[in-house]
Amino acid sequence: MNIPTSNKKELKNVTSQVFKASRRDFLKMGGLLAGGFVLGVNFFGCNEKGEKITSIAPNVYLQITSTGEVIIITHRSEMGQGIRTSLPLIVADELGAEWSKVRIVQAEGDEKKYGSQNTDGSFSVRMFYKPMREAGAIAKLLFMQAAAKQWQVPVAECDTAAGKVVHRRSGKSIEFGKLVTTAQTLPIPNVKDIKLKERQQFTMIGKATPIVDLHDIVSGTAVFGIDTVVENMKIAVIKRCPVLGGKVKSYNDKETLAVPGVLKVIPIKGGDIPPTIEKPLSGVAVIAENTWAAIKGRDLLDVTWDLGEHATYDSAQQLEELSKEILKKGTIRRNRGDFDRAKVEAKKVIEHTYIAPYLAHGTIEPPNALAVVKNGKCEVWAPTQHPQGARDAVANALGMPADEVKVNITLLGGGFGRKSKPDFIVEAALLAQESGLPIKVQWTREDDLHHDFFHALSVQRITATIDQNNQISGWNHHIAYPSISATFDTSVLQPADGELGQGASDFPYDVPAVKVETHDAKAHLRIGWLRSVRNIPQVFAIATMLDELAEARGLDPVKQALELLGDDRAITFDDEIVDGKYGNYGEDISVYPWETGRMKKVIEKVAQEANWGRKLPAGSGLGFAAHKSFLTYVACIVEVKVGPDNKISIPHVHYAVDCGTAVNIDRIKSQFEGGAQFSASIALKSEITVKEGAVVQNNFDSYQIVRMPEAPQQIHVHIIESEDKPTGVGEPPVPPFTPALCNAIYAATGKRIYKLPIDLKG
Amino acid sequence: MATTNLKINGKEYSVDVDPSTPLLWVLRDHLNLVGTKYGCGVAACGACVVHLEGEAVRSCVTKINRAAGKEVVTIEGLSEHGDHPLQKAWEQVDVPQCGYCQSGQIMSAAVLLREIPNPTDEDIDLAMTGNICRCGTYLRIREAIHLAAEIQTKLK
Repeated sequence: MNIPTSNKKELKNVTSQVFKASRRDFLKMGGLLAGGFVLGVNFFGCNEKGEKITSIAPNVYLQITSTGEVIIITHRSEMGQGIRTSLPLIVADELGAEWSKVRIVQAEGDEKKYGSQNTDGSFSVRMFYKPMREAGAIAKLLFMQAAAKQWQVPVAECDTAAGKVVHRRSGKSIEFGKLVTTAQTLPIPNVKDIKLKERQQFTMIGKATPIVDLHDIVSGTAVFGIDTVVENMKIAVIKRCPVLGGKVKSYNDKETLAVPGVLKVIPIKGGDIPPTIEKPLSGVAVIAENTWAAIKGRDLLDVTWDLGEHATYDSAQQLEELSKEILKKGTIRRNRGDFDRAKVEAKKVIEHTYIAPYLAHGTIEPPNALAVVKNGKCEVWAPTQHPQGARDAVANALGMPADEVKVNITLLGGGFGRKSKPDFIVEAALLAQESGLPIKVQWTREDDLHHDFFHALSVQRITATIDQNNQISGWNHHIAYPSISATFDTSVLQPADGELGQGASDFPYDVPAVKVETHDAKAHLRIGWLRSVRNIPQVFAIATMLDELAEARGLDPVKQALELLGDDRAITFDDEIVDGKYGNYGEDISVYPWETGRMKKVIEKVAQEANWGRKLPAGSGLGFAAHKSFLTYVACIVEVKVGPDNKISIPHVHYAVDCGTAVNIDRIKSQFEGGAQFSASIALKSEITVKEGAVVQNNFDSYQIVRMPEAPQQIHVHIIESEDKPTGVGEPPVPPFTPALCNAIYAATGKRIYKLPIDLKG
Repeated sequence: MATTNLKINGKEYSVDVDPSTPLLWVLRDHLNLVGTKYGCGVAACGACVVHLEGEAVRSCVTKINRAAGKEVVTIEGLSEHGDHPLQKAWEQVDVPQCGYCQSGQIMSAAVLLREIPNPTDEDIDLAMTGNICRCGTYLRIREAIHLAAEIQTKLK
């Protein structure tokens, strides 16, 4: 998700330049060996005006040791998407490295060295594919030059493969490690002189590479945030105000302090409105020798709260209010043609309201962070998607320069957007400063579900018109939900352009009149971004309405989608967006255009692979939805079976995806498999509700996630062969699955779904 | 506080803790056996599954006095070199995404495979229903359990 916050500066049109790093530069980094030599790779970026940014920061380091070991520093956070594997394999492929001799070292959070490390928005591969290739190719040329010098042969006759330079004509070969000494004496080649591999020369890109942490994970030795330990570390568990903006009035810690192992009780100031993503909530922390003592101590804390302005908030009531609000005229955000006239002249008007609940991230590793504050410095270990955001937030909270804060990134036990917010890291830092002890803050599951940055509830109304010629003549989409921006600025009451640009304002279909209107919706919780963000509710409404329209027109929904996309062309939205701009996920639309041809191709592919149109027995059905998000084109067909007891099972899911050049086929597939399951939870299970200002659900017994027996049973992922620029796959699988399932349920039962999670009994 | 004697992965330990402490936190906080994960604390997610006298238990709700003197096996002790048929199969299928829940998944599957050497999909669903994977690796888990059953059969 691209959220305009002050600390989010993304570079565009990234290109690279390699240099020899000084010893001082890299010795500080844990994991690198002494000796060998290190290449630092600069990623030059351009700002939004296309001007080159002059402050050059090395973003990736590559070390080749005299034993031939290739060490690649990876600067993105790993949360299950496979990025610790996929980016290094790009470097290794171009270099011609032997993968078994490649070791991955996780970079700390350091903007000067690595540029922005914010790992969200499905952009790591998209942004770093080319620079990673260039880095590998420059190192390759350097080794070829070193070998050519040693062998007294032309460089052009050399190549690399499996960690060696080879001279084809003579059959000679030499390992990289043995060339290190010579290579160190040579100037670094210019990026203009390199020759990138041809597609057919790839040894790893476009193939399936297992993740680098595989063995550690299955043997229980992989280190997540929760597993980090430092000497004399104490555990803090915090009782936070159940209502947003509420504050501690008073507390009694007598019983808490009597629990063996409890050391201290420290109140935390907080509870500001707007909450932002970095400020702590108001609460009382229990510091103990171990987690259990801290949890027990917290249970016995007696806190009196000043609950504040949200104390009477009720989410069911807000849904009711918003359902009335969207019947009114809203703020027009996109306008094409004359919808009102289309409505007057329509032969048929279809109108429905769509409702979706709050969702919590529910990463199985709950938020946690370890902080040590000593001698005016702070060191943090945390499962964070955004180490620099964390560093700045900690520096701010502790009143120290950002340079004095070091953030070490562990593996993340799930992220989904939750762990790009640094609030929990700030809590640890504040408590470490206040107590003078190394503190690990541990959130319990209850804390996580009560105090998340929630995916906002939403109410939408779509009115669509069919004209005398059976064409869709008008599309009016009303939208109401609390904006993520309200977490930073409470005066924001309507969705931001970036939120609407996730399916709603970039409605791509060739309908003569399109009007998108938004309405006020106040935020009463901390609102955040969750995997694929606003695409989820918006595409649920859009793609189920399209299915209903196809039925009303007597058309096949797949054929309708192909027709509505029209001729192969690049479409833009800016001319029709009112007082705003289409974000295109932060990319220039001339570089990453919206191409109807690519969308049609994934639709045709999925229809063919799923054998769309085939007859199914009574109680079974196929449903279709297609959606582009995060610049990746996806079409989805779900097969559903609904039992007489309304039990829903999902025998097959078919996805077709065009994500440009496929980097690691296996991880693309795994993201789609997981994306379908993630979306299945949204469609079938998950719902956060709020009463008297506080979240009702406490744990996974009431906030439900799909489990194996109800999970989609087979997921088939069809990847379109492409040489286009690669785009991300972390989020794009999620949006189309839910509406495809809803449409399949309609095909199976004749029942339309207008509210999530799906309840066939209701 | 009370002294509790434990036998974990074949090794003897003695810990001085509140007898109501869940086994999970003794493993993690006192013995630094952190392969067993915390996920919910109420036996709802399965991230903390270990074997107690050969049975899969949720260590987050198993009080330490229940484990006293009994055989406990954690992911660290499932095999000597991380090469239990399930671990091999997990690697072959490239099951994990974030990996956090996988210790619990493997420990649940290990009991299933011992009880039913060649489980059907239904057997697997039933045995694994208590283990949540938020990344959604369920299909690969099922595939890996079938593969592990084959590997195990060949070893016999």
